Amino acid sequence: MRTRPAARAGRAAQYTALLGYLVFLAFPFLWLLSVAFKPARELGSLHPTWIPEHPTLANFRQAFDEQPLLHAAFNSLIAAVGAAVIAVALATPMAYVMARRRTRLARAASGWVVVSQAFPFVLVIIPLFLVLKNLRLIDSVPGLVMVYVVWALPFALWMLVGYVRAVPVELEEAAAIDGAGRLRTLVSVTAPLLAPGIVATGLFAFVTAWNEFFFALVLLKTPEKQTLPVVLTHFIGTEGVADLGPLAAAAFLATLPSLVVFAIVQRRITGGMLAGAVKS
Amino acid sequence: MSLATEKRRTVRRTSGTGPPRGTTGHGAWFLVLPALIPVLALSVGPLLYGILLAFTDAQSGRTAPTRWIGVLNFSDLLHDTLFWESFRIGLLWAVGVTVPQFLLALGLALLLNEDLRLRWLARALAIVPWAMPEVVVGVMWRLVYNPDAGILNETLRDLGLGDGRDWLSGLATALPAVIVVGVWAGMPQTTVALLAGLQNTPRELHEAAAVDGAGSWRRFRTVTWPALRPIALAITALNFIWNLNSFALVYVLTNGGPGGRTRLPMLFAYEEAFRYGQFGYAAAMGCVMVAVISVFLALFLVGRIRGGDDA
Repeated sequence: MRTRPAARAGRAAQYTALLGYLVFLAFPFLWLLSVAFKPARELGSLHPTWIPEHPTLANFRQAFDEQPLLHAAFNSLIAAVGAAVIAVALATPMAYVMARRRTRLARAASGWVVVSQAFPFVLVIIPLFLVLKNLRLIDSVPGLVMVYVVWALPFALWMLVGYVRAVPVELEEAAAIDGAGRLRTLVSVTAPLLAPGIVATGLFAFVTAWNEFFFALVLLKTPEKQTLPVVLTHFIGTEGVADLGPLAAAAFLATLPSLVVFAIVQRRITGGMLAGAVKS
Repeated sequence: MSLATEKRRTVRRTSGTGPPRGTTGHGAWFLVLPALIPVLALSVGPLLYGILLAFTDAQSGRTAPTRWIGVLNFSDLLHDTLFWESFRIGLLWAVGVTVPQFLLALGLALLLNEDLRLRWLARALAIVPWAMPEVVVGVMWRLVYNPDAGILNETLRDLGLGDGRDWLSGLATALPAVIVVGVWAGMPQTTVALLAGLQNTPRELHEAAAVDGAGSWRRFRTVTWPALRPIALAITALNFIWNLNSFALVYVLTNGGPGGRTRLPMLFAYEEAFRYGQFGYAAAMGCVMVAVISVFLALFLVGRIRGGDDA
C-alpha cells in the first residue's frame, strides 16, 4: 500500500510500492496461464506450483472438445464487429454536431451520455427482452448487435466529441475560404484528421461488445447462438465445480483478441479520454 | 471523467469568439437522427416501458392479459426482507469496492506520475484488467481462490499461515473475497482518469511549493489535490454507480452464494425476472435502484457544480 512519499527515503518506498502493485496486478493473470498449461495430474496435486512441470496443450484440446468454442468465437466476432461498425457510423455525425454546435440538442445529448452511465441494466433488459421478442429478434445475434450499438453509443459519442474538438475549426474555415463546399470540407479536411480517432473508438466498442456478458446471457438461449463469455460459464457446472484446466485454457483464448486490440489502441484510448477530461 | 471540465469548456466556447459556424439547422438534424432514433427506440423507450411495467403484474409465459396493479409491487418490495438484505449487500459491495479502488488507484497514479524505472511495465499491467472480459476475470480469480489447486491457499501454506480455506463458499469470507476481485477489476479506469488529472496539475506550482520548503504531504494537499478534486469526484461517483450495477463478476464467482451472502441487487433482480419470470416485480426493483442511483447522481452533479465554482 502506498505511504506518503517522505521526501528523502522516498525512492526506496516508491519502488517497494510499485513492486507491490505489479505483483497484485499481474499474479492472477500469471496463475491463469499456469493453470492453462498444466496437465490434469499436476492440477490435482495438493501443492500446486507456479511453473508447470510438464507443460501441455491438452487443456486447449479438451476445451475445444467440450464446448463449441470456435462457433462461439464466431458469434462474438459478428456481434462485436457489427456493433463497432454501426455504432461508429451512427455516432460520428452526431459527435460532429455536438462538438461544433452548442444547441439545446447537443446539450441534451451530453446529458444523456451521463445519465446512460447510470442505467440499471435490470430496468432496461426486461422491456428490451419483451420488445425484441415481439420483433422475433430474441435469441439472435442481430438482435444482440442492436442492443450493443445502443449500449456503445454514449461512450463512442463521448470519445468522438473529444476527437472532433481536437480538429481545429480554423482548418475547416480556411478550406471554406478557399472555396470548398461544406461536404468537400468534411470529406477532405475533417475526415482524414478524424480517422485515427474513429478507428480507436471503433476498436474500443469492439472490445466492450466482445467482453459483454449480461445482455448476451439474457438474450441468447440456444447454445449455437451464444457468445464466448456465455459459453465460458458452461465450463462451470451447476454445482460450481469446474474442470480447471480447460476452463483456464478457454478463458485465456477468449481474452487474447481484446488484449491484442487493447494493446494497439491503449495509447489512443487513454488519449481520447484525456481529450475529454483535460482542458485543451 | 470529462464531466468536470466539460462545463467550463462550454462556458469558454460560448463566451469566446462566438459560436463556430456549423451546418445549417436542417443539416444538423440530418446528422443527428441516425444516432437519435436507435437511442430513443432501444434505450429511452425501454426505460419508460420498464417503469410502466413496475406497476403491472407482468409475468413471463402467461396467457392472461397483464393488469395494472398500482403500487402493489412496491408495497411487496417494502416487506421483502430478502430484497432489503440484497440491497444492503449491494451497498456494502459498492462502498467496499469504490473506496479501496480509489485509494489504490490514487497511489498507483501518483507512482506512475513519478519518474520511476519499470513505469512502462506498471502502466501496461494497470490496463490489463480493463481489457479482459469480466467473465474471464471471474474465472481467473476462481482459480486463485480455489481451495485445493488455488495459489492463494498454497502461498498461505508456504508462509505457515494455516491451511487456508474455501474463500468463495465461506459465509464470512465470500463477500470480502468478491470485493477484492471488484477492486482489482476496476483499478484501470480509475488509475487512468486520476493519472490524467495529475498530469494536468501545474508543475510550476509544485516546484514553487518545493522551493518554499513544503513537504510532499503538504504539496499534495495544497497543490495536487485541489487540481485533482473534480476528476476524483467524477470517477468515484461513476465507479460507485457502475459497482451498484455490476453483475457478471459476482455471477461467475459465487452466483450470489453462499446462502445469498453475495447476492447483489442485480443478481436478485435477474433471478426474479428470468428464473421466476416475475417481470413486473423485477422492474419495480429496477425502479428502486434507479431512485437510489439518481440520488447519488444528483449529489455528484451538485458536487461538480460546486467544484466548478471553486476553480
